[in-house]
Amino acid sequence: MSENIHKSDSFEPRIVAFFCNWCTYTAADLAGTARMTYAPNARVVRIMCSGRLDPQFILAALRDGADGVLIGGCHPGDCHYQEGNYKALRRFILLKRMLASLGIEESRVRLEWIAASEGEKVQRVINEMTDTVRRLGPLRLEQRQMIPAEAHGSAHAAAAHGGNV
Amino acid sequence: MSAVNSSSNGTPKVGVYVCHCGINIAGVIDVKAVVEFAKTLPNVTVAQEYKFMCSDPGQELIGKDLKEGKIDRVVVASCSPLMHEATFRRAMAAGGGNPFLFQMANIREHVSWVNKDKATATQKAKALVAAAVRRVVFHVPLQKTQVPVNSDVLIVGGGISGIHAALTMADAGRKVYLVEREPTIGGHMAKFDKTFPTLDCSACILTPKMSQVRAHPNITLWTYSEVAGVEGYVGNFKAKIRRKPKYVDENLCVGCLECIEACIFKKGKFKDEFNVGLSLRKPIYIPFPQATPLVAVIDPETCAYFRTGKCKQTCAEVCERKAINFDQKEEIKEINVGAIILATGFKTFDAARISRYGYGKYPTVYTSLEVERLVNAAGPTGGEVLLPNGQKPKAVGIVHCVGSRDEKTNRYCSRVCCMYSLKLAHLIHERTGAEVYNFYIDMRTPGKGYEEFYDRLMRENVHFVRGRVAEISDWAMTPDEEGKLVIRAEDTLVGAVRRIPVDMVVLSVGLEAQPDADEVRRMFNISCSSEGWFLERHPKLAPVSTFTDGIFLAGACQGPKDIPDCVAQAGAAAAEALALIDRGHVELEPNTAFVQEDFCSGCKTCVPLCPYSAISFDTSKNKAAVNGALCKGCGTCVAACPSGALQQNLFTDEEIFNEIEGVVKYV
Repeated sequence: MSENIHKSDSFEPRIVAFFCNWCTYTAADLAGTARMTYAPNARVVRIMCSGRLDPQFILAALRDGADGVLIGGCHPGDCHYQEGNYKALRRFILLKRMLASLGIEESRVRLEWIAASEGEKVQRVINEMTDTVRRLGPLRLEQRQMIPAEAHGSAHAAAAHGGNV
Repeated sequence: MSAVNSSSNGTPKVGVYVCHCGINIAGVIDVKAVVEFAKTLPNVTVAQEYKFMCSDPGQELIGKDLKEGKIDRVVVASCSPLMHEATFRRAMAAGGGNPFLFQMANIREHVSWVNKDKATATQKAKALVAAAVRRVVFHVPLQKTQVPVNSDVLIVGGGISGIHAALTMADAGRKVYLVEREPTIGGHMAKFDKTFPTLDCSACILTPKMSQVRAHPNITLWTYSEVAGVEGYVGNFKAKIRRKPKYVDENLCVGCLECIEACIFKKGKFKDEFNVGLSLRKPIYIPFPQATPLVAVIDPETCAYFRTGKCKQTCAEVCERKAINFDQKEEIKEINVGAIILATGFKTFDAARISRYGYGKYPTVYTSLEVERLVNAAGPTGGEVLLPNGQKPKAVGIVHCVGSRDEKTNRYCSRVCCMYSLKLAHLIHERTGAEVYNFYIDMRTPGKGYEEFYDRLMRENVHFVRGRVAEISDWAMTPDEEGKLVIRAEDTLVGAVRRIPVDMVVLSVGLEAQPDADEVRRMFNISCSSEGWFLERHPKLAPVSTFTDGIFLAGACQGPKDIPDCVAQAGAAAAEALALIDRGHVELEPNTAFVQEDFCSGCKTCVPLCPYSAISFDTSKNKAAVNGALCKGCGTCVAACPSGALQQNLFTDEEIFNEIEGVVKYV
């Protein structure tokens, strides 16, 4: 499917990563201090808590040109603000349903709990996510909006016909 | 979305400063290209590079451009904001600007340190700079709020670290609450006989400090107690302390031991925790003669009265001061403190986890902590190294790195085992004349006088075998191995496998985080490393601070440490806590939420979301209201507000939307 859209191997996805200040952002700093190299595709936007993550931020990132969005928060029970990560999870689950109805592949948006000590997990998750999104190809949201929901599996052909969701 | 500043007068003027950080950044990122790129971004009036932005001349660049009116807001592309945000905010203030018209782009930890490819690293750095520039345009001047600090302090854990921190704070005139889980303070150090490398008697140097704690007018000592909950924030914590019943009134008991004599159990019958199970105690006991406070404790798990209800209560009868009280109940004390020092210590590695070393299988295989008690004059054998058969060992093997430097258990070095193994080798050799064999991977003796102590041991004819022990068994191959334990190890210096028969084995167990470290860290809202040690704010520059302001670390709860290091760290933690308290107030980050009343529809979605009950509902106006003093700045209410009426300072929707656009639109 998406391979049809983008055959070139040179595609480098752009991923926006929303990391909470206390756990995941710190873990990303730790990955740096430990010189763990990983894919350069994720660009981090720091928020104080994953609970600050307005679902609109994810939509905005995808609209503005991101091919994927990664959200990093503290492990359940570890939130610096008690339970912001639970709220993030709830909003994330609801948003995923909406993304599905827009024809956006589920694996373009990922939520991970990464503790301040888990620099290795930052490395692993960003690498995995980059590979996944690279395989999916560019998001090309403008084209997708033309795709009838039932036919988004053959996006290339459908895009040519036009239509609406 | 257009980058027009809706909140300040005139067109914003952004200064972008890209740091080389020596070669840390400039070695990977094309700094010049980033500067040239920054010049093309909207509202950027100054863009330049500098070797070290955090240096004084670097900071002065910002101040100068601010004063000359070239810029009114600043982006520094350098390290993590967690590292130097405060530095550059101060530089802003020094230049006459508002410190919050500032944003950092993290191009070191998040780019140059994690990338090897110059082109992609430079591209990512540009994206982060673009995001910061787009966002900073929307920043508005803010002020930090000041909150007074309670001058009392809570110290959790009464080992040497907690004791030292408590005495330092108390001597400085602060009121200290010292909470210890066990019936006595003293911790692990109280169990040791001698301390390396000076061979000072551990009790002789520790017990005077324990007595000082007991007698100090500024210290409230609560033993047999645990922290049940903590609320609040830096300067203003509320802690609940659970005081478990000792069934003996602390104020009446004088530690005369009459009750223990009178107990219906004529002899000790239950494992003595203080002697790590090498002796037996009664249900009513005092852990050791210098226990502080010197108060008897009744263990309800083993006491006949609590178990069966049928007991003559001979202990109570004999107590002249009527100190024994079977009706004593658990008490919860609530205290307010400004700072908290965690000194909860460590536990030793469970040697049974490495079954091939035979701990628990062979009675003459001991852990090092058990041997500490055996060589201790106040221990179960009066300081004699005696095997269960009552004999002195003729040959003893000390196995280093049990539960340390081992992929299967703990990868880290426990730091103290080499030295305490040498100390035990010396003491065992001195008391028994036995041949002592040390099996080591590497001897690690960095410390004042430590290497010299190692030299001394080699001159004392203690044997050193370089190689990790493969197995300990009672399987004899030759007649002289009969009835002995055979230690099989590769001697990597000789290049051969050796079998050494011994009468006694000492397993030098490593140090591990306390089993409940995870619950404790959650209660205090701090982090742990993957091994379970409490995480310091910075491994080098903030080793006793945590990511939660007002909570400090002392001793081995932060990682394996010997006594001198624990004491030094405890002093440092006390000094940091004093610095906080003596300042009298804390400045809180102004990243609180606020309501734009014109947009608030009064839907009340936000009210129940706040974990701190900072949002109230003003029924007269039909609007939500945020109490800035209670708000901690998580922003979850802002994310939930359907009308965008709630906003968070430094993280407004406008700022974040622009950062998102900046991070993906340009490169």
